[in-house]
Amino acid sequence: MRPAPPPGHRPGRTDAPTVGSVHSWDISVGVDGPGVRFVAFLAGCPLRCRYCHSPDTWYRRSGRTRTVDELMADIERYQRFITVAGGGVTLSGGEPLQQPHFTREVLRRCHDLGLHTALDTSGFLGVRADDDMLDATDLVLLDVKSWDPATYRQITRTGSVSPTLRFGRRLAQRGTPIWIRFVLVPGLTDAVQNVAGVADFAAGLATVQRVEVLPFHRLGAHKYAELGLTFPLANTEPPNPELLARVRGQFAERGLAVY
Amino acid sequence: MLDTAPRAPWRGFTHATWQDTIDVADFIQANHEPYTGDGGFLTGPTCRTLEVWGRLAKLFVEERRRGVLDVDTATPSTITAHAPGWIDREKELIVGLQTDAPLRRAIVPNGGLRMVETALRAYGYQPDPGVHQIFTEYRKTHNDAVFDAYPADVLAARRSHVITGLPDSYGRGRIIGDYRRVSLYGVDRLVTERRAIKEALDDRPSTDHVIRDREELAEQIRALGELKRMAASYGHDISGPATTGREAIQWLYFAYLAATKEQNGAAMSLGRTATFLDVYLRRDLSEGRLTEMEAQELIDDFVIKLRIIRFLRTPEYDELFSGDPTWVTEALGGMGADGRPLVTRTSFRYLQTLYNLGPAPEPNLTVLWSPRLPAGFKRFCAQVSLDTSAIQYENDELIRPAYDDDTAIACCVSALRVGRDMQFFGARANLAKALLYAINGGRDELTGEQIAPATPPVDGEVLDYDTVLAAYDRTLDWLAETYVDALNVIHHQHDRYAYERLEMALHDHPVRRFMATGIAGLSVAVDSLAAIRHGRVTVLRDATGLAVDYVLEGAPPTYGNNDDRADAIAVWLTEAFAAKLRRQRTYRDAELTMSVLTITSNVVYGKHTGNTPDGRRAGEPFAPGANPMNGRDTHGLVAAALSVAKLPYDAARDGISLTGTVTPDGLGRTRQERIDNLAGVLDGYTDAGGFHLNVNVLDRATLVDAMAHPERYPQLTVRVSGYAVNFVRLTPEQQRDVVSRTFHGSL
Repeated sequence: MRPAPPPGHRPGRTDAPTVGSVHSWDISVGVDGPGVRFVAFLAGCPLRCRYCHSPDTWYRRSGRTRTVDELMADIERYQRFITVAGGGVTLSGGEPLQQPHFTREVLRRCHDLGLHTALDTSGFLGVRADDDMLDATDLVLLDVKSWDPATYRQITRTGSVSPTLRFGRRLAQRGTPIWIRFVLVPGLTDAVQNVAGVADFAAGLATVQRVEVLPFHRLGAHKYAELGLTFPLANTEPPNPELLARVRGQFAERGLAVY
Repeated sequence: MLDTAPRAPWRGFTHATWQDTIDVADFIQANHEPYTGDGGFLTGPTCRTLEVWGRLAKLFVEERRRGVLDVDTATPSTITAHAPGWIDREKELIVGLQTDAPLRRAIVPNGGLRMVETALRAYGYQPDPGVHQIFTEYRKTHNDAVFDAYPADVLAARRSHVITGLPDSYGRGRIIGDYRRVSLYGVDRLVTERRAIKEALDDRPSTDHVIRDREELAEQIRALGELKRMAASYGHDISGPATTGREAIQWLYFAYLAATKEQNGAAMSLGRTATFLDVYLRRDLSEGRLTEMEAQELIDDFVIKLRIIRFLRTPEYDELFSGDPTWVTEALGGMGADGRPLVTRTSFRYLQTLYNLGPAPEPNLTVLWSPRLPAGFKRFCAQVSLDTSAIQYENDELIRPAYDDDTAIACCVSALRVGRDMQFFGARANLAKALLYAINGGRDELTGEQIAPATPPVDGEVLDYDTVLAAYDRTLDWLAETYVDALNVIHHQHDRYAYERLEMALHDHPVRRFMATGIAGLSVAVDSLAAIRHGRVTVLRDATGLAVDYVLEGAPPTYGNNDDRADAIAVWLTEAFAAKLRRQRTYRDAELTMSVLTITSNVVYGKHTGNTPDGRRAGEPFAPGANPMNGRDTHGLVAAALSVAKLPYDAARDGISLTGTVTPDGLGRTRQERIDNLAGVLDGYTDAGGFHLNVNVLDRATLVDAMAHPERYPQLTVRVSGYAVNFVRLTPEQQRDVVSRTFHGSL
């Protein structure tokens, strides 16, 4: 049994300021959580999804090392705008939970400023999100890549879906609002049974407010080329409207708000 | 509708001081009723509206094919020169055309005969010899008068395009008559008022100023008489006040129409008419004289008229301004000084015309935005923006304190108190080119010609920030002096040879005058200075020592990312040049103002500017208005908007323009979310001190398809720096510019 940490102590924290690797930031509207959002893309991700549109965020070294104070200074320049316009801050990536100390501190600082906070994660590292962090998180954008374990592995090459499911249930239990996100890739994630599994899971979580079915696109293809990587889905077409309607319908028929 | 017009024009109106003095703002404050609901009450177009509009639709196709549909080449336009004309005499509710047929253009040679004749030849018409004789032998034009008086350095600066777009060969425009006065008071009362003002001048000694005032007032009185005669030719007696909503619209439109018959002004704004007219329409509705459908029908018919205002201009002029703009700008919404919104049902009815008649660039509907506006109106505006891209927004919280709550927009962004202020339109000085002059000791980077006074060029391989800044400061001193000098000549001669008699008859006397200067190339100049300061810029010179290209190393900050290292330079440059301009003596002691605005002339300014130290290649378009350069704003539109919002309105009281293009997906998942989010962004931008925002909600695929198949998109409207244009009427070059301009996938 470890002794209780001193007040103000955060696990892993030393006297040196907490630093994170930040790939970039952006201001988006209505697509990374509600309203106008400051979105920080953290660098580094344990998964390598075949459809990923930001392979430039896979490695921690592809970001810039920044202190929490530095990122907060960027965020604070938009605090007033975000407050007036309605919105908040979203930590995305990469996988923000790969840098849990940094993520926790930024979320907490934003929360203390009264900003709405969102965590955009695959949930694969959900176990690293401690209660402190989740207390400072108003919304989790939970990316459920697939229900079928084989498909999940096929997409992510390294991952498994069970940590995501455990994380989702934990969020629901503690009352954290969730937006489920599901990337629809023809021939990869579109199987009826696979979608049904994700939809049943989502319908079983009391705090899911909406499901966003994100149609696969190839706008990130040039990034693969720049990084000297092969884009595995270069020849996959975006889903057609019929397929999108079918998949959204599968969520909707379970009473979920789906977009 | 009841046929019998009641006699008492002011029945039911709340009295204040407006009956005793000419004061429309006072009338509005005493009588308007704010509407705080949503657009649920609005009605669609009637069959009659669609029939009248349908007749024009056929003519538009022909007009687009030929450039102009028809011209009356032999009749110099005056208020009464043309016989009355109709689109469909039986069906029109609001009558009056600029000539005797719809879309038939008039010639207005007072501004400049060369412009008229060049335009005629360009469209395959033969200039009329009689007109030619009159305006060469007997009557001098503004254009000729200006060139008689231009000094040599102005001619050089004009030739090299460091000063461009000067209104020296056409009507200056940007003057907004208070056309509402004709409806509220009738022409006779206005004539009486002018006579009294003129008589009061009889006791003053006949100095230059007094003589000019007396003559101008005499001309104004004459023009009011002509206005009455023109209205009479359509069967209307407008000597007394309007007695119904329909008459109020008709009287107001006659006054505006007379202005467009007299002047081919670069921008012919309508003013701020919706809430004024709402008082009349509301009275008609409460008297049972009108239904909502009929009220909307009147506004639709009025707007049809405003959509077919046409001027004869040269293809080069249209290239400069993109399309065939008239800037029939109407300011909607805003808050009253008493804290009540100036939003009425008729504000909604004007916006509804974009549905009933389809989207269109004219009239240029401009919403004066305040976070305090009623939520229903904000949401309706955002919805209309999403559906049509045809509205622009200006910050009521900046305008009202600086002017008043009865302020309208001349052209795109220039605020003027209606009937109280006028402005001398001043085009733009090219600050990016001026920076190259500073580096080159006053020589033009493209021709090598000495334009600005010879100074030692900036030497050395690598540009030193302080050295460049010192040289730039000198060049800007010269530019400010030369520029205002040109404007003084232009406006002196315009007053003498192409005076806006009717528009000025609808202003207070004395009127407050602004000398409205402008700057182009702000973002290029700022990024160049930031590159010199934070990067390393090496100069490449030709055999004559002229700096013709630059090599930029490093990753200097750029304007448009809410990064103070670059934005502070933009603030400094805006303030510094404004201060230099203010030191100049102005014609008629006009108050000097400045805008950061280019219409789509950013393409033309760029064409005439060589390679710049920021890495921009010679000939490449500038960003429009106060926009960051295409593609250099890497954090989305909000960050860009906050950079622009830092530019101080006090230094640029004539307006600061920002154009933003977003895709619908970049505003949210659902229509409701998109509406709410856009309204939120407008609140945030206004709160941050942003002055103006054009919002285009489009996707790239639509524009690309429209370039290939213009016939499928006759009404596709795109907003560019203060003005909406019909996309398919842009040149291919401008279309490419619009498409390549930062297409924010997400805001």
